[in-house]
Amino acid sequence: MSEKRVLIVGGGLAGLAAAMRACELGLDVDIFSMVHVKRSHSVCAQGGINGAVNTKGEGDSPYIHFVDTIKGGDFLADQPPVLSMCEAAPSVINMMDRLGVTFNRTPEGLLDFRRFGGTLHHRTAFAGASTGQQLLYGLDEQVRRWEAQGKVRKFENWEFTRIILDKDGKAAGIVAQDLTTMEFRSFPGVAVVLATGGPGLMFGKTTNSTINYGSATAAAYKQGVWYGNPEMVQIHPTGIPGSDKLRLISESARGEGGRVWVPRKKNETRPWNEIPTEDRYYFLEERYPLYGNLVPRDIATREIAQICTKEGLGVGGRNAVYLDLTHRSEEYLLKKLGAILDIYEKFRGVDPKKVPMEIYPAYHYSMGGLYAGYEADSTGRLLKDSPLNQMTNIPGVYAVGEADHQYHGANRLGANSLMSCIFAGLVTGESVVALAKNSKSSEVPSSLLESEQKLEEEKYKKLLAQDGPENPFVIHKELGEAMSAFCLIERKNDELKQLQGMIDSFEARLKKASSLDKSGSGNMSAVFLRQLDGMITMSKAVVDAALLRDECRGAHYKPDFENEAPSKETPIDDPAWTAYYEKFLAQTQTWLKTTVAKYDPNQSRPTIDFKPVDTRHLSPEPRDYTGVGKKAWKKFMDNRQASEAKA
Amino acid sequence: MSKTVEIRIKRQDSPNAPAYWTEFSIPYEEGMNVISLLQSIRRDPRDKSGKTVAPVTWESSCLEEVCGACTMVINGKVRQACTALVDKLEQPISLEPMNKFPVERDLRVNRQRIFDNLKKINGWVEVDGYHDLGPGPRQNPADQTTTYKYSECMSCGCCMDVCPQFTLDNAFVGAAVLGQARLFNMHPTGKMQMPARLDKVTQEGGIQDCGLAQQCVKACPKHIPLVEAIGQLQRDITLSQVFGALKK
Repeated sequence: MSEKRVLIVGGGLAGLAAAMRACELGLDVDIFSMVHVKRSHSVCAQGGINGAVNTKGEGDSPYIHFVDTIKGGDFLADQPPVLSMCEAAPSVINMMDRLGVTFNRTPEGLLDFRRFGGTLHHRTAFAGASTGQQLLYGLDEQVRRWEAQGKVRKFENWEFTRIILDKDGKAAGIVAQDLTTMEFRSFPGVAVVLATGGPGLMFGKTTNSTINYGSATAAAYKQGVWYGNPEMVQIHPTGIPGSDKLRLISESARGEGGRVWVPRKKNETRPWNEIPTEDRYYFLEERYPLYGNLVPRDIATREIAQICTKEGLGVGGRNAVYLDLTHRSEEYLLKKLGAILDIYEKFRGVDPKKVPMEIYPAYHYSMGGLYAGYEADSTGRLLKDSPLNQMTNIPGVYAVGEADHQYHGANRLGANSLMSCIFAGLVTGESVVALAKNSKSSEVPSSLLESEQKLEEEKYKKLLAQDGPENPFVIHKELGEAMSAFCLIERKNDELKQLQGMIDSFEARLKKASSLDKSGSGNMSAVFLRQLDGMITMSKAVVDAALLRDECRGAHYKPDFENEAPSKETPIDDPAWTAYYEKFLAQTQTWLKTTVAKYDPNQSRPTIDFKPVDTRHLSPEPRDYTGVGKKAWKKFMDNRQASEAKA
Repeated sequence: MSKTVEIRIKRQDSPNAPAYWTEFSIPYEEGMNVISLLQSIRRDPRDKSGKTVAPVTWESSCLEEVCGACTMVINGKVRQACTALVDKLEQPISLEPMNKFPVERDLRVNRQRIFDNLKKINGWVEVDGYHDLGPGPRQNPADQTTTYKYSECMSCGCCMDVCPQFTLDNAFVGAAVLGQARLFNMHPTGKMQMPARLDKVTQEGGIQDCGLAQQCVKACPKHIPLVEAIGQLQRDITLSQVFGALKK
């Protein structure tokens, strides 16, 4: 079946995993990437990859991993794909080890595991503090091996702009642009895999790479691919402010013992090392005794934001808290966290082994993404070799990795994204092979290839000729500032409505923007007009979905609709618990639904629908990381069942 | 007058066009790096004299010095632009494209050669398949410390840009690629495939082209022991030749 090619857009973990699996199973692959695949955003992942390998004698299991993931995501993820991922996770880690990834080792020579947020187990395999880079290289090397055998062609420094659909509406190829010569070309294929990462740059300065425009997602969305849970974006609690981007201090810093604190006294003037323990407020440890500094990201983010903006306890009155590793030995820190501590020192000029780091939350990841489907078997797991796994609503178009909406629900646990990218990439490789088996060769009428290419060429010609007074990079900066101010850590409906108006005005200004550069070679500015248009399109989906969802769920936090849990000191027979749980059940009834945004070419705003969530394995319950709520919830449910039985 | 940052950028409009310099004067902000200077230019693309020019083209991705994309020559030294902090640079800051790779536009060069060369040296561990074959081989934690260092190589090309033996038009694979050959030779499975890899390393453009100028190791932003890698590869080659001869 060598005449059948699959087109994979994006060469991060998900795209490369899909490519190597598809090659192994006999398909030929074309990979398209805006950068050399080795420079994909996956390199930024630092801390590790989760899998319940259970070599620490803690009784960990894939099922507990599944429960932690579902609960961490506030029950918004469909459960069959998550269960399959958690069950496959140990074997995926073992495979990556066999590929030569330089994972850290125990004295006995086994893989070492560290702790990460949202779990009580050591479940995170790691390669220093650059695990994403190491995993990406492992896959990159395998794909290069297939490339050397002629099974893979790479089109690096190319940007995907359009899916080619045949007369039945099925994927038949793509159009892409060479970012050096600026020429367009059509490529035929039996399937199109969008492994194009997240759309983070709509939030301006974030922890994302400079290539994370989300423009591929936007192009597919405009052609009718649905977008799931757009409002669910993750803010990483421990970002480092910067002039060009917000860098990250990995969760592994807390996994290796890092403690978050602020001076207990407002307007503290003593330097950090003169503040005695009793005057330090380790607020995460005090408020969440069970999980401490390793509460899930959404919770840590809100606590840090609140301590600075509402309680006024930020370090030096600024939006900053300490992340302190100074109690650990230098040798230990170098071995376990060397790469990230090095980066902090390089960018801030301060040695975090000697002085606590100053951090503040930053936009980090999109749980939402192109709507990817699945086919479950009778046990509620992914049906093996179904062509529907990871397929979007458009036949033959797949979404995978951060670009898809599956696996993380309303909040992602740290170190779960590397697993979801590789696992779903492998699944996608199998899906496209299953699809290809039942389809004819990738021959597409040349008239279709030509007309679609022509369409994109014409669009680009218009962009290049654009000569208005506005600068698109300035509009982007303002878009990012607006999205970060009104649609990130805390969301309010009146502000979101205001933001809708602002986005409309950015859109109007984009029409009056200049391409700045008329050159036919390496033109970053004309291309940026297209990328910015994509960001504006996707930001509308994010904002509209955020406006509609009147509740708090995972990373989506609307204080006006908060169902606040009683304090952990409240006795479990206090009626406050009953009231809290009654409200929780009502809210679940209304809002435990996947948001599905659909592009409507006839109006300026998306259409938004809601789909039920597949919760067949685990019933929703309130998330509790204090260790108290669990008992109260059990009592409430027991009482409820007893009264139902009586009735 | 408010503080400014003075920059000179060596530009080129297309692969075969002549190079020229443009000077810019950018408002200073605390914590700036070379990337934020370039971002600032494209938001207001005017040269020092106030004339409107095309924004500068450059390559970047992670901005955390793990992807290798934003490599360029800054004040005469090849390095990543993201970790080049303005406060630590002498002004006017000069930015030039890398020297040993063909320029595509302004500061962006074509480094395809590095990736092609990784293909030439069998830069991978050959496995039986991607199905579940259980845990990989056990490894000494001390070995991991060594291999991790090599595995941090981001194919940025700094070591090649400073190498007197690596030129725009010869075939030398360069230090980073040899370092990767060493990395795969150290892996328990990769070691089994060492003879084929050593064979590749001694073909045209291979290790014999190294002139031991040792500039590579000084330029490497990740401090990878490239000279040590080349030395070890040479020892392995000699050993395999001796044993090869004995077997006959």
